[in-house]
Amino acid sequence: MSTETTTEQVISGLLAVTEPLRDEVQRLHRRLEVSAEDAKILDVAYTTIYTPVGALLLAATRKGLLRVAFEVEGFDQVIDELGRRVSPRILKSPKRLDEVAFEIDEYFGRRRMNFDLALDFTLSSSFREVVQRYLPQIPYGTTESYKQVAARVGNPKAARAVGTACATNPLPIVVPCHRVLRTDGKLGGYLGGLAMKTSLLKLEGAA
Amino acid sequence: MDMKKPFETIVVEHSVTILRVCRAVVGWHDAEDAWSETFLSALRTYPDLPSDANVEAWLVTIAHRKAVDIIRKQRRTDRSLTLPSDRTSTTSTSGSTNHDLWDSVQSLPDKQRQAVAYHYIVGLPYVDIARILGGSADAARRAAADGVRNLRKTINDVEEEGARK
Repeated sequence: MSTETTTEQVISGLLAVTEPLRDEVQRLHRRLEVSAEDAKILDVAYTTIYTPVGALLLAATRKGLLRVAFEVEGFDQVIDELGRRVSPRILKSPKRLDEVAFEIDEYFGRRRMNFDLALDFTLSSSFREVVQRYLPQIPYGTTESYKQVAARVGNPKAARAVGTACATNPLPIVVPCHRVLRTDGKLGGYLGGLAMKTSLLKLEGAA
Repeated sequence: MDMKKPFETIVVEHSVTILRVCRAVVGWHDAEDAWSETFLSALRTYPDLPSDANVEAWLVTIAHRKAVDIIRKQRRTDRSLTLPSDRTSTTSTSGSTNHDLWDSVQSLPDKQRQAVAYHYIVGLPYVDIARILGGSADAARRAAADGVRNLRKTINDVEEEGARK
């Protein structure tokens, strides 16, 4: 003796029978990453990696590395900001960041002193970009003062602006703003926190 | 200020619903192609979508267009719509199997299958479904109601047959 099937039973059956498994959704996501990259419509690709100083968010355009962010900045907020300022065509797509992740891993393993990566300074404006482009010239394991950096970029009075350029560096670690200190040798500021700045200087044997 | 979400968030929020819809509308075999074409096409035009647009209705509209193309191709070739064997377990709510329900969904007329999927899987109101399918909201409502009635009938027939054995 069977009872009449209700609409609710039909619908819950329909939902049960179409229910995707977790790995099916993940596979589709990976397929989308590949086809978006091939179609050249993936404007920003990002991933997260784990390092001895904590998790990092890495984001890149087709031009190069766009952003390195510390966990304290809030990864979701950083991704939202990239969506507004660069392009909403953003996907979590680790492949484009493979080389970056590899070099950062070597850096933390003390097997790399200079990064050899294409950088995209879209997020930096005028003088800040000048400063940020200069910073990789400060050798591994050494430091300069904000004032020295100002002189090096041809604007000796601009120590304060150099400070701002360091504080707004979209590419920390890779663009080594941690190698810039106050003239009195004090740390100055750091987006990732002062403990982070100290850790990086210690890693390089500069503190 | 543009408050549009990053596309990754759109994928995370809607991928399961759109895959369900694709499965119901184009069948198991072509569902993943339909899903992939839908999200690739959505990513392409996402920057032009107004920030106050209903993202879910927009995605279903794209998925519908992709599904129409796929169904047209299926009609020209041999359409294999069977459910994979690992999905044919007996459901707990009724005595029938997933397999029976799946077969009856796939044998519904296109409009009914689409209306059922868009209303009962996604939860779109009939006004939105009418815009996607063409025709009036009343026609969309009737298509969904007819679809569900047909599904209930098939399931009841199967169960009665089972009870007679």
